[in-house]
Amino acid sequence: MQQFFTVATLLGILHSTVRLAMPYLYAAIGETFAQRSGVMNLGVDGVMLMGAYSAFYVTFTTGSPWAGVAAALIVGALLGLLMALVSVTFRADQGISGIGLYLLGLGLSSLMFKTTLGTVQSVSGFAEVRLPLLGAIPYIGPVLFTHSLLVYGAFLLVPIGAWVLNRTTWGLNIRAVGDNPQAADSLGVSVVAIRYATVTFGAMLAALGGASLSISALNIFQENLTNGIGFIAVALVYFGGWRPLGVLLGVLLFSLVNSLQLWLQVTGVGIPSDLAVMLPYLLTIVVLALSTRRAAEPGALTKPFTRGSS
Amino acid sequence: MIASFRKRRGCVSHAIEALLPLFAVVLALAIGAMMLVALQKDPRAAYSALLQGAFGSISGITQTLAKATPLLLIALGVTIAFRANTINIGGEGQLIVGALAATAFSLALRAWPGWLLLPLTALAGAVAGGAWGFVPGMLKARLGVNEILSTVMMNAIAVQLMNFLLRGPMLDPKQIAAGTNIPQSEALPQQVWIARLVPRTLFHAGFILALVLAVVVTLLLWRTVLGYRIRAVGQNPSAARYAGIPVARISVLALLLSGAFCGLAGAVEVMGVHHRVVEGITGGYGFSGIVVALFGRLHPLGAIPAAILFGGLLVGADQMQRTVQVPSALITVLNGLVVLMVVSSVWWSQQRALRRRSSAVPAGPAEERPPDPQLTPDV
Repeated sequence: MQQFFTVATLLGILHSTVRLAMPYLYAAIGETFAQRSGVMNLGVDGVMLMGAYSAFYVTFTTGSPWAGVAAALIVGALLGLLMALVSVTFRADQGISGIGLYLLGLGLSSLMFKTTLGTVQSVSGFAEVRLPLLGAIPYIGPVLFTHSLLVYGAFLLVPIGAWVLNRTTWGLNIRAVGDNPQAADSLGVSVVAIRYATVTFGAMLAALGGASLSISALNIFQENLTNGIGFIAVALVYFGGWRPLGVLLGVLLFSLVNSLQLWLQVTGVGIPSDLAVMLPYLLTIVVLALSTRRAAEPGALTKPFTRGSS
Repeated sequence: MIASFRKRRGCVSHAIEALLPLFAVVLALAIGAMMLVALQKDPRAAYSALLQGAFGSISGITQTLAKATPLLLIALGVTIAFRANTINIGGEGQLIVGALAATAFSLALRAWPGWLLLPLTALAGAVAGGAWGFVPGMLKARLGVNEILSTVMMNAIAVQLMNFLLRGPMLDPKQIAAGTNIPQSEALPQQVWIARLVPRTLFHAGFILALVLAVVVTLLLWRTVLGYRIRAVGQNPSAARYAGIPVARISVLALLLSGAFCGLAGAVEVMGVHHRVVEGITGGYGFSGIVVALFGRLHPLGAIPAAILFGGLLVGADQMQRTVQVPSALITVLNGLVVLMVVSSVWWSQQRALRRRSSAVPAGPAEERPPDPQLTPDV
């Protein structure tokens, strides 16, 4: 056991946990905003793929990862507006419209990838930055403070998201619209405007999460690069009880198990890798089943709003 | 006279409702054409290659019908779930476990005669798929776990299970002997191969089975007590509960049945087309099946033309990719657009119905006309 579990491997596992958490965090924090306002965007994975592709393509052609981030945010906003149009204005069933958005993003990102790039290329995206002072702390520095800028951005979103949701008027309005749209509406809060804003914001973060894969974590783009990360992110929002801190906890747990199974595959401890890959998903199902915070579910989640109906 | 006039208008508007999915496809094709132009591809060449590939030759048509078979079976499963107000996104996973179970079962009992083994093999697939649908059903009924999320997780688990089995316990011994280790299972015993309807094509008798089952599901939903309960739960769970229908049990049963149809699709796919489990056997059917079900307006019989249309799109896409170098991913884009438009179109129907209702108020009592089914959207 000693030779498996040296301090170095432990630090390696924790470091990769933090890095693996990044795309999930962007997507799940964004989705938390959308769901808090009552809209479930199940198409997160498609938005992530489009974000990943556009960030990659722009970085590839301009050489600037910041331009890539900008492109992902714009594409995410457009897809978010589309989802809002369908699920808020047209009041479509959100589970199904999410699948439509997913298929659209999956297909369009492959279509554009094949017509513009053709083969898998790589870019030099965001490099790892060791933060001054903090990065020098033994053990903690290498685990937490030696990452690409997009990793820091993802973790910063958690306290910012929690603060906005719990401590600002915007957050109050978002929660009101998600819990009781009729009451919010009668107090003059625009349900439609709030939901458009949160769905668009959530999709922008999802696209950024996709970009964090293609121009930071992996620095490549290929078809179906996310491979279902967006769907897991939606589950992690439930898992986290619709609170940014809970979501962070869920994401870290999921990523820790993921990082452990990757390490198990490398060392080959006798567990078939394909079975190890299942672990995070099994864990998610089990935790969803055991989760007792279901009372925290926004009252109007997935229910389209019509003025005058109860 | 007013009544008959209104009745006629009702007919026309019903015709419009029925055609809405077609409008959605035409609009999706138009948007797809714009995308192709933006990507500097010729949309006319692409679409004519698509059409030619799907329906332009015997080989195209038979392939189309071969692809329509799993799509129709999955769409039937998805329809049953939707009718009970549960959303089964787990078609992919249920298809995979159905294919795996059918393969393992028929290989284990390969000495059995075909008349016995063939139906049992198909049944094994349905049972495995049903089990894969039962788990999310129980999680929903007992613990309130959202079935959309759990079926998505079950998909991921099924994919990993397949990867594991095809690289280990179920890896074809011939692959091991040859040292190539291509992840695929041993070939199914010949007596469970489903007969090909046109020789030297992929078109097999599973299509007939799917057609028969579409009729069976129609009868199930509209002519049996279980079907009545499923639809009652789907339309108004609280009213159904008040009427004494065990709502939780019905939704578990609906997801189980739904999974069984998707598992059967997997079994039929290995028995009729591939004769073994290969990687990528789902071909995205689990998701396309949802599109087919929606396009068929969640009616089992409506799913038949829908499955042929979308099967044709899949087949034509290969031709399009080969001859005019337009990636077949275009079809996924079109599928996504069709879903978005079909679910949005419910809103148009509602708006029109509202307008109709408000204009009808002075003309007479509302009871004259039966309630418009579009007012309670199926979706």
